Amino acid sequence: MLDEGAPLFSQIAERLSEEIADGALPEGERVPSTNELAAYYRINPATAAKGINVLIDDGLLEKHRGIGMFVAAGARQRLLDARRKRFAERFVEPMLAEATRLGIDTDALVALIRDSIHAEGGIRV
Amino acid sequence: MTPAISLTHLTRRYRDQLALDDVSIDIEGPSITGLLGPNGAGKTTLMRIITAQEFATAGQVQVLGVSPIEKDAVLRRIVFVREDQAFPDFTVRQLLRAASWFLPNWSSGLAQTLLSEFEVPSNRRIDKLSRGMRSALGIVIGLAARAEVTLFDEPYAGLDALARQHFNDLLLADYTGHPRTVLLSTHLIDDVADLLERVVMMDHGRVVLDAPADDVRGSAVIVSGPVMAVEDFVASRFTWGRRRIGSHESVVVTGVFDDSNRARARALHLSLEPLSLQQVMVHATGRDVEGLKGRTSS
Repeated sequence: MLDEGAPLFSQIAERLSEEIADGALPEGERVPSTNELAAYYRINPATAAKGINVLIDDGLLEKHRGIGMFVAAGARQRLLDARRKRFAERFVEPMLAEATRLGIDTDALVALIRDSIHAEGGIRV
Repeated sequence: MTPAISLTHLTRRYRDQLALDDVSIDIEGPSITGLLGPNGAGKTTLMRIITAQEFATAGQVQVLGVSPIEKDAVLRRIVFVREDQAFPDFTVRQLLRAASWFLPNWSSGLAQTLLSEFEVPSNRRIDKLSRGMRSALGIVIGLAARAEVTLFDEPYAGLDALARQHFNDLLLADYTGHPRTVLLSTHLIDDVADLLERVVMMDHGRVVLDAPADDVRGSAVIVSGPVMAVEDFVASRFTWGRRRIGSHESVVVTGVFDDSNRARARALHLSLEPLSLQQVMVHATGRDVEGLKGRTSS
């Protein structure tokens, strides 16, 4: 069972995108078929197909007729670029909102982040 | 394409009671549609009319392009499994053999597989089966029939959670190999929600909602937080189910929420919690659901 809320087809698309971005589904790899996804997630096959189609329309998956669906070249990089663009909105802004609520000022927040990074031994990219 | 099931202005009146009130639905196949609604909403009556076991007071019913009334050729392409289905005084094996004579797409291989999956003993007389086993037997027949139009009325009666999930998996597995038009009525909406492509919600004999399941799922959220902020946020939207405690309020709101709405909710310290299909139905039955209709009509 998937999370409630977002339409199921977009949750399927999101799941597959995550796997591509993480490298679990490398470029050129075959992705599960509509029926395989439907059986695994226990959802209607039409819904699974709709999710796959989102990724095909975005050029992240390529359909090879009669063989299946494959991760397109450059898909991972494009997903990572898109995620970087959304980083501020998804992580930084909520943090700032909470900091404001708690009365943590700019200097304290920056110090906190620096300390956390230091404790982790730096961010390795 | 001809819809698998087409109902036009269907009305069914029993003496002073209106069981169906001007119901019009077209269901295209292959698809899995959920027929949802409280007891007495008219779901069973609707299915009985589709299968010509009962007749409409007014309106038209067409199945696979023709009226099913006294049309053996069409009725053989339909299977209807009722809640607490009455069975003849047979053993399980005899019943399945009889089913194979009347149902042209019958798969005895699938029937055998399903029987052992649900652990229904084929030598046992049907009247000696438990309620859950009788439900399972109904499911075996409904699936093994592979009928072009497959109707299940509350197929889960007496089944435990494990058997219900089992039924869902088997339905999905056989449906992908043999697509057909499935109409499924149930109270246990969250159990089947993800299998459904479309939901038809009934209340007091009328269709109160008819939309793709995905649209309904995303169609309403519970907004909660400080009263002022909630009121500010929901200002121009259709709302219901307002609840308040102290200075905290929660309200159900219809509509789509994009990233900018979400950012604004965050800034106002509001939480947005989407309603499940079951919750939407509970909120929608017996109420004015104009907001939902506006959102989902396309």
